[in-house]
Amino acid sequence: MAKSQYLTPAKVARGLGSAKSGTTDHIRQRVTAIALAFLVPWFLFSVISASSAGYDGAAEWAGKPWNAILLILTAGAAFYHMRIGMQIVIEDYIAKTGTRSALLILNSFAVIALFVTVALSVLKLWIGAGA
Amino acid sequence: MSGTNRADPRPLSPHLQIWRYHATMLASITHRFTGMAMYFGTFLIAAWLIALASGPETFALFEPVIASIPGQVILFLWMVAVLFHFANGIRFLFWDGPHIGFDPKTASAVSVFNYAFAVLGSVAIWATAVWL
Repeated sequence: MAKSQYLTPAKVARGLGSAKSGTTDHIRQRVTAIALAFLVPWFLFSVISASSAGYDGAAEWAGKPWNAILLILTAGAAFYHMRIGMQIVIEDYIAKTGTRSALLILNSFAVIALFVTVALSVLKLWIGAGA
Repeated sequence: MSGTNRADPRPLSPHLQIWRYHATMLASITHRFTGMAMYFGTFLIAAWLIALASGPETFALFEPVIASIPGQVILFLWMVAVLFHFANGIRFLFWDGPHIGFDPKTASAVSVFNYAFAVLGSVAIWATAVWL
């Protein structure tokens, strides 16, 4: 207590809770949402028309530069958005420290691994198309 | 803290049981629920893309899974979840940004609209995809 006498309230709050960094996830959740509001309609329309054309049609579609760019952007925004969403749910409902930490780490690992795999898959299709 | 190993003493979100049922509250719960459902549904979409990149043989193994009846049911439910989360998410952006649609009547009407949009939109997209 004696120590805190010499600290300003701002100094005590900084780095904890909502001081500067607490809104980061909230803002990123909304920024990725704005990106997805444009990317998801494209993705649904695009994927439905591509998937009806069998393997060759779908591979050709994913290999086109614009589709490859938009696919990786969609995956990036979606996985980031998913990660924050799942993190918030875990933080809300899992009270036990051990379980909570394990699930938070699992969430990060799963989403990042999936993003890297999807991005590499799109890259392979794009390079395979010889663009 | 009375026997529980809480990570920190901050309050948790209000539990389902203490809310009175109304449209906006149900839409909020559905938003979270569809978000969780899509989290796992997206694994299936990612698998489709990974199978595509793995080549025709792997893709030929994966395609019947999607085309099967359980696969089609999951895909349809995923579509309903995406459309609901999409419409309700845009409503949240209007709430957070320009503060539009906050009065109870509008908020309830938009909630009902989002459910209708999710179901009817999915049926429309599905029908278009099948017939084209």
